[in-house]
Amino acid sequence: MSLETARFAMQNISFARHLADRLGYGPRPGDLDHVMHMGPDHWIEQQLHPASIPVPKDLAAGLAQFATLSMTPEDAFLRYGPPALRGTSPDERKVIQQEARIIPTEAMAARTLRAVYSPRQLEETLTDFWFNHFNVFVGKGLDRIWIGAYERDAIRPYVLGRFRDLLGATAKHPAMLFYLDNWQNTAPGAAGARGNFKGLNENYARELMELHTLGVDGGYTQDDVITLAKILTGWGFGGDGSRAGQKGRRPRGRGGDFVFADNRHDFSDKNFLGQKITGAGEAEGEQALDLLARHPATAQRISYKLAQYFLADEPPPAAVAAGAATFTKTDGDITAVLRTLFARGEFRDPATFGVRFKTPLRYVVSSVRATGATVRNVRPIYGMMMQLGQPLYGCQTPDGYKCTESAWLNPDAMTRRVTYAVALAAGRLPLSQIPETNGPPQRTGKPVPGNEPPTDVSALVATLGGISGTTKAVVAGAAPELRAALVLGSPDFMRC
Amino acid sequence: MDTFDRRKLLQIAAAGSVLIPVGHSAFAAAAGAAPGGKRLVVVLLRGAVDGLNVVVPHAEAAYYDARPTIAIPQPGRDGGVLDLDGHFGLHPALASLMPQWRDGTLAFVHASGSPDTTRSHFDAQDYMESGTPGKKSTADGWMNRLLRELPLPRTPTSALSFGPTLPRIFSGPVDVATIPLGKAAANAIPLDRPLINAAFDQLYTGDDSLSRAYREGLESHKKVMKDLQSDMMAADNGAPSPITFGEDTAHLARLIKQDPRVNLAFFALGGWDTHVNQGNGEGQLANRLRPLAEGLASLATNLGKSYQDTVIVVMSEFGRTVHENGNRGTDHGHGNVMWVMGGGVAGGKVHGRWPGLDTASLNEKRDLAVTTDFRSVIAAVLAGHLNLTPEQIGTVLPDAPAGDLALIRA
Repeated sequence: MSLETARFAMQNISFARHLADRLGYGPRPGDLDHVMHMGPDHWIEQQLHPASIPVPKDLAAGLAQFATLSMTPEDAFLRYGPPALRGTSPDERKVIQQEARIIPTEAMAARTLRAVYSPRQLEETLTDFWFNHFNVFVGKGLDRIWIGAYERDAIRPYVLGRFRDLLGATAKHPAMLFYLDNWQNTAPGAAGARGNFKGLNENYARELMELHTLGVDGGYTQDDVITLAKILTGWGFGGDGSRAGQKGRRPRGRGGDFVFADNRHDFSDKNFLGQKITGAGEAEGEQALDLLARHPATAQRISYKLAQYFLADEPPPAAVAAGAATFTKTDGDITAVLRTLFARGEFRDPATFGVRFKTPLRYVVSSVRATGATVRNVRPIYGMMMQLGQPLYGCQTPDGYKCTESAWLNPDAMTRRVTYAVALAAGRLPLSQIPETNGPPQRTGKPVPGNEPPTDVSALVATLGGISGTTKAVVAGAAPELRAALVLGSPDFMRC
Repeated sequence: MDTFDRRKLLQIAAAGSVLIPVGHSAFAAAAGAAPGGKRLVVVLLRGAVDGLNVVVPHAEAAYYDARPTIAIPQPGRDGGVLDLDGHFGLHPALASLMPQWRDGTLAFVHASGSPDTTRSHFDAQDYMESGTPGKKSTADGWMNRLLRELPLPRTPTSALSFGPTLPRIFSGPVDVATIPLGKAAANAIPLDRPLINAAFDQLYTGDDSLSRAYREGLESHKKVMKDLQSDMMAADNGAPSPITFGEDTAHLARLIKQDPRVNLAFFALGGWDTHVNQGNGEGQLANRLRPLAEGLASLATNLGKSYQDTVIVVMSEFGRTVHENGNRGTDHGHGNVMWVMGGGVAGGKVHGRWPGLDTASLNEKRDLAVTTDFRSVIAAVLAGHLNLTPEQIGTVLPDAPAGDLALIRA
């Protein structure tokens, strides 16, 4: 091999690693060869069209065992929600609530298996990105039983689609309506304003502008928050305990489905963000979402956040501007915005490869991918994310988890990552053992030690397409049984 | 200045760590006379606690008019407030703090908060943690700046942050120890084994952010393990508290007992964003307040003599609307109440200027007004308790208005 060819091969493999690290959760054995063989740009384009990538049989079979993954919000509501709990004894209640835990458990397992095994890697990182952008918290009441449906119905179908569709799907999903309290948002004095549904609740309206669209400096006022809350009065879900029509004859909706409660809506004409909105019921909300989705501040904010997620903690302003321009030109086509960002020189500059500190999710999933471990039991993975402060679906606040170094790098995180790397490399995480119970790990639970084959260091290094000189030297001088642990616990592997 | 020296020391220690374990060696050399031995503990209630239901103006009809279902009844009634001074009363779920109120070591500053009127949780918390309301570009948190102003030498546990991630309030150039929540704080790790330790140390010898975090993590782990374990048997003459916060404050008390040179500690507690069904004397808010009060009360007790040298400040990013909303909850407001507790605190008093609840006195006709800047409260503690000069206070909290709060007894 000539020097020139060797340099070219090295550049190729480091770019392939960069793509696997940033668009996905890092390489699995053979992935880098696949990217190079296909050609980086072709690979990117394929990732932007995930439906063109077949799902491996093993993954499909793994997901098929989770029955609740296909459960509608209505079914979950009837089976585990208030209708199921009505008139039950405290003991019966406990049993039902215990059974309901299968929903978050399966959602968690499915998300983890997909992150580890799906060849549609960009679809998976984007699911993480958009879920956090439109965050809901699994620990809040009914969201426990709607968490899986929310990801499946409101997030996944749109991660590469139109922003307006994504916005609309989250706005109408019961998980979001419940999480940010809009289901109770009611025009004071309206015919249906009774009991717990007596007045305005600004919570969703505020976060819809501050977090989901315009951003806190996007130019709206407290009056706009109140007006948007009025526009969204009556947006809720069936089975909420409020009544349709006069004197409460029958409940509205099936239960757990989106409903517009016209008897709790404020039908006045409104002025929102300087635009007149004629009192028209549900259509006002759609009009407001149109306005917000097409606002220049939204284009800027979404492009900034995507660039921050895929490029850098402080994304280059020129790349953000280019992404925002594409967003505006294509009416919020997420695929087009990403294509713009991935084509930028700032994304392809080798100086930017491997400099970002991985989030706990990225670190843990990438380590499991790199070792090629067989995963049937996601609990060790989930438990580690919890220890590092990023449990799946566990962000309590609506801003979602951050993706920056300052959010995740701290002294305790480093010792925990090293502890985990040692356990994983030695085969002590019981990843291939199917767990006896489905419950999430308990605080006090004693971990079961695993008995997996230890990670082979040369295979690991080959999967990663090489390691840095410093790490190589330290690994070479270390006891053989520590070598893979040192790679997984090295500064190179903490970054992507 | 100081941080550079310390890093240098760490670097030297780490470079030679195959022979010299990175342990207390670096600090043993630096640890001469103990610094002042005074400390500040900050508890941030993220999500905006409803201060009007924490320290309740029970003598005002306007309070009861505004909150038909969520007001806390007057003293002596069922689920009523615990009277403080005839005008204000304490939420009944905070009963475990009444001994501190009575012995004059617990004070409140009502109608306090940020001069910035944002109702965004995230911006408001950011300002409260950076210490620069209205200014987002501030890179570090005020407790990190404060750490730099405290007397040297520092130890690996001079500043403790409880929880898995480092909060904004502690971000900055000086490294801060992060203590895992709950029982995990005292777990052994593979890096305790010399062979593994020596191998990993070689990967983290640089002055980059990861290497520094790695070395700091190892240092504080070793110290915390040692301090917690040596005292564990003696202090645990009962089952540990089932509530994490109680467990964590117990850890803090033990760490201080082992080494009083803990100068700063920080906790954050969530779950205060009560838009819906917040309850009154009982309910959601009460259930959150109770373990908080119990954790603080047990901290005061467990600190023993060290309570004299400790001030605890409890704060939250903003208050909530005076009027309850349509869902028996409250929305984002403005003014709130700050809690200040400790042996030297001029307690048994609700400090600050109470603006009242009549519509004309409210902020934007809906929220309790802010009459005391939160920075004035902290500044009073920095001056009276930690003996900082006005110049130093200006560094920690730039542009903080000069207040005349007599929060610390002379």
